[in-house]
Order: sequence, then structure tokens, then C-alpha cells
Amino acid sequence: MSPRFRAGDRVRVRDWFPPGHVRTPYYVRGKQGAIERVCGVFNNPEHLAYDHDDDPKTLYRVRFLQRDVWGSAERPDDTIDIEIYEHWLENL
Amino acid sequence: MNDDHDHPHHPEHHLPSSYHEKLTAAVLELLAEKNVLSAAQITESIAIMDARGPELGAKVVARAWSDPAFKQRLLADGSAACRELGIDVGGLKLAVVENTPDAHNVIVCTLCSCYPKMLLGIPPAWYKSKAYRSRTAREPRKVLAEFGLSVPDRVTVRVHDSTADMRYLVLPMRPSGTDGWSEESLAQLVSRDAMIGVARAKEPAAV
Repeated sequence: MSPRFRAGDRVRVRDWFPPGHVRTPYYVRGKQGAIERVCGVFNNPEHLAYDHDDDPKTLYRVRFLQRDVWGSAERPDDTIDIEIYEHWLENL
Repeated sequence: MNDDHDHPHHPEHHLPSSYHEKLTAAVLELLAEKNVLSAAQITESIAIMDARGPELGAKVVARAWSDPAFKQRLLADGSAACRELGIDVGGLKLAVVENTPDAHNVIVCTLCSCYPKMLLGIPPAWYKSKAYRSRTAREPRKVLAEFGLSVPDRVTVRVHDSTADMRYLVLPMRPSGTDGWSEESLAQLVSRDAMIGVARAKEPAAV
């Protein structure tokens, strides 16, 4: 499966609150960042948690500015990188 | 003390158990009863995991400090580079992040306590604490200062929230005054905390 995003692409995390096992932290939902790298293809943990290894997804490392996540930051350039699966990301 | 069970257990099990403790005990008993795993195998695995320390991580860092080509391979694919050194990392997908004069990296898992156990051993209690997990994401410089690490304003702090399938290791900066040191000596400078990113590598005078 070919990745939908490339390193450097600007993305937004879906502001989405599905029930069940989810690995996208609450604090980053709806926030904007940039693809840092493509990590590879992994089984979607949202299915794996219920013993279904039927849903491979591309995983990305997405880099956010701390101030874009929290509205303020200790230093303006400080960042936080988070691993996010493709179906959680939208084009900007 | 009533200690006549025939399954592996911890002293805590004699205290009132939570739902998850009971569930764990029940699964352990079932695995043993159905001959999936013997009690001895479980005990042995716990002993192996408990015995693991940060030595393998330190060995990887010392090699990266000594061999620039290895460092590039390590940053490109951490797991493959570890296997090159004969380290069995199992299914670990390792990402190595490099500290430079311009950027300091620190690792946290805000959702649970993901950690490269194969290289660093069992995570310290503070790594699993709610305070470290929530505050490192929000105010990393303050947290680092509490560990005794003051990051200058001109250095960018990069937090890595280990939320999914990768595990992270910080490649600290090589201390000055270590030219010509053997990999074995260099490894002595690399602490667990330096590879989590809450400390720098030790200075030569410290060993």
C-alpha cells in the first residue's frame, strides 16, 4: 500500500472521538503539524485490540509545534512528535 | 504467610486484588493449566526481563559515537543496525533520535509506558508515573530542569510521544575529551537516563 502523505506534507489530525481502543492522544486531535517521516505499515491497533489483524495502515511520525498543540509553549520552536495512523490525518 | 500456591505470584497478591490483578492471575493459571506455558517458563521470563539493564543501549550508542557510517544506518533503521551488532531486538521497531548542539530529544509515552525494554531493561517507576507522562508533553523544559538538566534557550526541545508501534532511543552527544576512547570505555558514559533524554552523557571525569 502506498502512503498518502510524504515527509514535509502539512496535515491536520481529525477531530474525531470514536469509541474503543484508540492510539491517537486526545490532546492532538484537531491540531496541525507536518509529516516528519513515514514509519511503515502496521496493523491498525483499533482492530488489533479486538483480535482482528485485518486492517493494515500506514503509520507516520507527525511533528507539531508545542505552541500549536497547547496554544503556548516554553520556547516557540519546541516540538512534539507523535505517531499517527493515516486514517486519522487530513490534508491541509 | 500462606504461600502454598503452585503458580507464580507476587507478595502483592496477598493484598486485596483489583479486577486487573485478578484477571492477570487467572490468565497465568490458565496458561499453566492448559500447558501453554509452564509456571517455570513464566518465572524464567520474568527473571530474564528483570535482569536486563541499559548495557545494550549503551553499546549501541558507543558504536554510533565511534563509527559515523554505523550512526547513519542506526538513524535510518534502528532495529537493523542493532541486529548488525548481534543484538536480538525481537519485533522491536526502533527509532533513534540524535541530540545535536541545536536540538535536545526526550522520550515519553503519554498513553501508557512504551519503552525499548530490549535495549534499556525495565523502565524506571517515574517513566510510568502520570506526572512524567503528562508534564513532559506540556512543559518538557521544566521537567528536564527537575532532573538537573537545563536546556539553553537556543537549543530546541523535541519531545517524542511514543504512542504506537515504534520505540525510541535518544543518541546523546559524545562528551568532549573522549578522543581515542575504546567503545567499552565510551559505553561507561552512557546512562539509561541519557538514552531517555532526561540527562546528558556523563563527563569523562565522572568515570
